[in-house]
Amino acid sequence: MLSRFIQRAPENFLSTDQIREVRAGRRGFLSGAVAAAAGAMAASRALASDDPAIMNLPAHSKGLGQPVAARGYGLPSEWEKNLQRRESPGLTRVPQSSVSFCPLQGLFGIITPSGLHFERHHQGWWDIDPSKHRLMVNGSDNTLLKRAMVFSMDELMRLPSVSRMHFIECGANTGMEWGNVAVPTVQYTHGMLSCSEFTGVPLRSLLELCGVDFKRAKFVLAEGADGSGMTRTIPMGMVMDGQVLVAYGQNGEMLRPENGYPLRLVVPGVQGVSWVKYLRRIEVGDMAYATKDESIHYMDLMPDGLHRQYTSIQEVKSVVTSPSGGQVLLAKGFHTITGLAWSGRGKIRRVDVSVDGGKNWKPARLEGPVLSKCLTRFNADFVWDGKPAFFQSRAVDESGHVQPTYGELRRVRASRSIYHNNAVQTWALGENGEVTNVQL
Amino acid sequence: MSSFSRLHSALILALSISAGGAYASGQAVERYSGIGRPATSAEVGAWDIDVRPDFKGLPKGRGSVRQGEVVWESKCASCHGTFGESSDIFTPIAGGTTAEDIKTGRVASLMPGANQPQRTALMKMATLSTLWDYINRAMPWNAPKSLSTDEVYAATAYILNLGGIVPADFTLSDANIREVQERLPNRKGTTTAHAMWPGTEFGGTRKPDVQGSTCMRDCRKEVVVKSFLPDYARNAHGQLAEQTRVVGGTRGADTNRPAPESFRPNNIQALSSPAPAAIKNIASAAARETPGTSVMPLLQKNACIGCHAMDGKLVGPSFKDVAGKYKDRADAVNYLAGKIKGGGQGVWGSMPMPPQALSDAEAAQLAQWLVRDFSP
Repeated sequence: MLSRFIQRAPENFLSTDQIREVRAGRRGFLSGAVAAAAGAMAASRALASDDPAIMNLPAHSKGLGQPVAARGYGLPSEWEKNLQRRESPGLTRVPQSSVSFCPLQGLFGIITPSGLHFERHHQGWWDIDPSKHRLMVNGSDNTLLKRAMVFSMDELMRLPSVSRMHFIECGANTGMEWGNVAVPTVQYTHGMLSCSEFTGVPLRSLLELCGVDFKRAKFVLAEGADGSGMTRTIPMGMVMDGQVLVAYGQNGEMLRPENGYPLRLVVPGVQGVSWVKYLRRIEVGDMAYATKDESIHYMDLMPDGLHRQYTSIQEVKSVVTSPSGGQVLLAKGFHTITGLAWSGRGKIRRVDVSVDGGKNWKPARLEGPVLSKCLTRFNADFVWDGKPAFFQSRAVDESGHVQPTYGELRRVRASRSIYHNNAVQTWALGENGEVTNVQL
Repeated sequence: MSSFSRLHSALILALSISAGGAYASGQAVERYSGIGRPATSAEVGAWDIDVRPDFKGLPKGRGSVRQGEVVWESKCASCHGTFGESSDIFTPIAGGTTAEDIKTGRVASLMPGANQPQRTALMKMATLSTLWDYINRAMPWNAPKSLSTDEVYAATAYILNLGGIVPADFTLSDANIREVQERLPNRKGTTTAHAMWPGTEFGGTRKPDVQGSTCMRDCRKEVVVKSFLPDYARNAHGQLAEQTRVVGGTRGADTNRPAPESFRPNNIQALSSPAPAAIKNIASAAARETPGTSVMPLLQKNACIGCHAMDGKLVGPSFKDVAGKYKDRADAVNYLAGKIKGGGQGVWGSMPMPPQALSDAEAAQLAQWLVRDFSP
């Protein structure tokens, strides 16, 4: 330990030949050598290899910083402005009926910052006065419940709440990639995906208050208060086992207006369109409703010309979020591959990672927590030697469902489905360090 | 512990178990006293507008194809095209179905090998209730729930006539809608035989149709890239260097330049985004170059850009053309503000522009922009 504090002897600055000269009695040389060594030590403060970020004290080390509450609602660092939700140019023409994609390439862990949550609006978004918002529960006929009821937000927020972390993914996520590579980055390939802690009331409690006949009422219709009057059919089974929430909270605060303020449905594991925003009405019924977004859109066209209707579950899926398309590695050597895995059928059991395009696979580390119908963060080691690589990830869920390759997926569903593309994603790393989106 | 207190404890235990679990209706009502109130029948009537595939919920009414044409021309055609063929923007409603499809109930252009470029609503829809319900709840796009019941019947009849499903002299009503359902071209074209419904109501199956492999070693012989983005699309999603964090193991690729030939180790300088202040300058410089930035929120809010482009005809004339035509007119601002609010037809062609629901001040702002500030 002491050696750190002990000045090295001048011998260490001398070559073997010089030491031999000293030992031979030609000591005049020594004083010159010592002087040179001392000079080098004094000059070390200004060597070109010294980091100016260390050598020159910055303003923030020498001045007074900002006061508290300078910003009543905090904002991300100015340096983080590159991470924005963005539209995919040309995907939609009208911004009220469009999508903004979440910048997955820059996120850590599993929770999506509320301001970066992806958006999908069908007829524009609103910021609704919560004191005027109502939730009605009624039946497709009066015999399916004892009483139709109306709830105010004040009343709903008095009920016992639950908080749960779940992913929400649009059924059309990765839809642009069914036939071929279409977009450059993970933001656009997989960014209709977010994950939050949602707080609310199990819908079951409200149905019990209305005296619903659970034997006959097998379906629930959820309806939004916005212009689109979004409607989707939900199976009563999911309501009965307490999964479906009438939610007002998101990541500790109220829902963001873009995400349905003040009330939305949470349907874990099911595609985002069923998580009806601005929820104004629940109807219990004895048949499915075949709404526009169940009968014209959100149907999966199969090779035999039939449309699969009421496809709802988001099946097992994963993606490497970094390094990913549009990124450049800064150096050779060690890097961490990281990504997200999720399944609408439960927990993620395992994620494998390949760096050679799926020839060989290694299990990835799952960062905790691993929750049901929630994003799971994984990572794996990668040492870049400057050669090309192909990054892939492949998830397995607790039901035993294994994420398919494009080949495996297209063999069954061809490439006209639009919805529910859960294929393994490939990112190609070039010798130039750039990562691009490819399909094998 | 006395037998009484033991019983007492057991009761409390039983109560606390039921509190966390299922509640029968009566218990929930008792437990959550004061939460919610009965809905009046008028309230239910005002909101319960859905129409099911068995037409439960369909209000009585009627509307003819001819009446539908009037509704269509004034409220629908500006987006969906006179014949439901739609503009470049919205998905077509009609087209792609045949008289034979009406007989079979399966749309041939969805079958393997058919090369239908776009799937129209009539090609996909298996239930007529869907169309009626959606028009009633969500159309016209910028004024949903404004059509009368008979107008909804009429618009539905017009669309059905575009698809050859009903004749031109047809009147659709609650009395005959079930017969029309039996003529829908794709009425037999849907299936619920899949594993992606989270319930057992449709029969379906529990087993996923696609299963991946868990192979770990030597899983494929060679890696061949079959699809990638062409060079010309490198910048199609903007400058990717500005879409990735400026710290960490990677930077965003500089897509304003071609991909580098070889690796440039630690060449952070070229890849780093500038400091935030510089980012702002770039953003404002870009903003100056794009016409319409000042009024873009207003244009977006009112969906103007659904039909009008800065340059080049979409559904309606471009802003550039409108500005060019009227900029020398003395009352141009007032004239254009009036046109924006009131709509019109015939000046730029037969496609009508519907009246726009914006304030006088907003209309004036847009008109001023067109006349004075518009400089593409």
